[in-house]
Amino acid sequence: MSDQKEMRAVYAETLISLVEEGKDIVVLEADLMRATGTTAFAKKYPDRAVNVGVAEANLVGIASGLSAAGKVPFAATFACFASRRAYDQFFLSANYAQLNVKLIGTDPGVTAAFNGGTHMPFEDLTLMRVIPRLTIAEPSDPISLAAITRLGANLKGSFYMRLQRKPAPVIYRENESFSIGKAKVLREGGDVTLVALGTVMVNEALKAADMLAQEGIKATIIDALWLSPLDEETILAHSGCGCIVTCENHRVTGGLGSAVAEVIAEKAPGVRLARIGVAADLFGEVGTLDWLAERFALTAPHIADAARTLIQQK
Amino acid sequence: MNTHEIQALERKAREIRGLTIEEIGYLGVGHIGGALSIVDLLVLLYHKHMNINPKEPGWPERDMLVLSKGHAGPALYATLADKGYFPLDWLLTLNKGGTNLPSHCDRTKTPGIDMTTGSLGQGLSAAAGLALGRAMDRKPGFVYCIIGDGESNEGQVWEAAMFAAHRKLSNLIAFADWNGMQIDGLTKEIIDMDDIVAKWTAFGWHARMVDGHDFAAMDKAIEEAKRRAAPGIERPSMIVLRTIKGKGASFCEGQVTNHNMSYGIPQTKEALAALGVPARLIPELVHGA
Repeated sequence: MSDQKEMRAVYAETLISLVEEGKDIVVLEADLMRATGTTAFAKKYPDRAVNVGVAEANLVGIASGLSAAGKVPFAATFACFASRRAYDQFFLSANYAQLNVKLIGTDPGVTAAFNGGTHMPFEDLTLMRVIPRLTIAEPSDPISLAAITRLGANLKGSFYMRLQRKPAPVIYRENESFSIGKAKVLREGGDVTLVALGTVMVNEALKAADMLAQEGIKATIIDALWLSPLDEETILAHSGCGCIVTCENHRVTGGLGSAVAEVIAEKAPGVRLARIGVAADLFGEVGTLDWLAERFALTAPHIADAARTLIQQK
Repeated sequence: MNTHEIQALERKAREIRGLTIEEIGYLGVGHIGGALSIVDLLVLLYHKHMNINPKEPGWPERDMLVLSKGHAGPALYATLADKGYFPLDWLLTLNKGGTNLPSHCDRTKTPGIDMTTGSLGQGLSAAAGLALGRAMDRKPGFVYCIIGDGESNEGQVWEAAMFAAHRKLSNLIAFADWNGMQIDGLTKEIIDMDDIVAKWTAFGWHARMVDGHDFAAMDKAIEEAKRRAAPGIERPSMIVLRTIKGKGASFCEGQVTNHNMSYGIPQTKEALAALGVPARLIPELVHGA
């Protein structure tokens, strides 16, 4: 569990191996190739690496055209730009046109850290979740990242993946198998269910479960991995305890918390829900990742508190 | 092109204008102005320049067209129907619920439509992506793209312009329909694009302006662009077309209000008579004739 791997290196390595296996991949960047770490890919396959310059609308437009020409484009930029700046292009030229564009939003949520509030996407998942048929994922570790990148490449249809660029702890075994829309149950416990999404929050949920365990509270941890399609079946199967805490590195309006709330309201109305995430009235700020996680109440103690409160209300 | 060929294209253009006017007139409202201004270009592309197979719209080796000013779809639908991509009577379903011919071009609905467009400014990027993909595969042939003058207000057009020039996508031949009008008025009054040929030249394209209703002039410009093409070595081409919005519709030609206007059967009848073409679609006009 303590092993760390640089996520962006895994992303680039996976794309390289996909090309080696014959996948017709083109990597697109908007002057953030160094940041995304796809320079390794560009060195190996210069003819398959396209830098469009600082032009995110065009990034997604070019990717759409490449897709219409039969290529499998992986376009990456900071998640704030992938969602807020190129939304209409992704919505229309890629999704409405039923093309096969893979859009990667890097530096999700508080991982934008020193780039600050202007670059801090707390709403990308909200925006993406309302695009019909779009597959949306946020891997929690290097192993799930490699697997989800592959699943995304092989999927026929557009795909949005959040990618934390920096090193992240390894959670899964090398040979773990993943499939689209299937969450992973990391721990089973009968008192409360924590549904977490992404590197930051799955690791905080694991810490919160340890804290709760010391008090004799047993928590189930679900690594959601996919926001769309959401694994309702796994979530409902672990709703019998009557308490669910969602954990997301994102604003609580419109993302994982909202998605789970919709499932509960329609299919398990007795279950109590608490949403850990950035409050609805807050914009991003600048700081270290740790400072920001605390500032926005995303850390393990906040998750544990929410769990205790729900259990007491039972 | 000899006089004979030009006359045949002019005849075909009158027919396509007639079909477009009937298509929108039957519905009673639509983007007639910007559809009619590009009819001559569409006829020249589909009847002379484009390597296509209407029986196999998805033929991978075909030349492609991205109609970035997607609201001109009805003119392209008339051109495609006439070419045999789909039955002519589909034109009477324009914008009706469940139709395959929506107001703006949709690659998932209409045989022969190569890219979905409608949110202005996005088509040139897609066309550049298509041209790049084909250049990567060393595929011959061309990607054509038509943008509008009002559309050229969009910043993304110029992002795509820089990109296509930088990647030397000379298998991309673009046209700007310079009819001088946009929804709210004359382009000179809304956002004056000034010397548009100089702008495209400055962005690294081979750019020139020709009369968009003169087949010989357009043909010469396209032939030059094709001859020059050498992806990765040569720059892309922009052919700016001086056109008249609503060209060939007697009831609205050259009027700034023709962008999206209402008209009906009487105006359609009058326009067809002025064009000298028979009605082919609207039952009461066909049978009444």
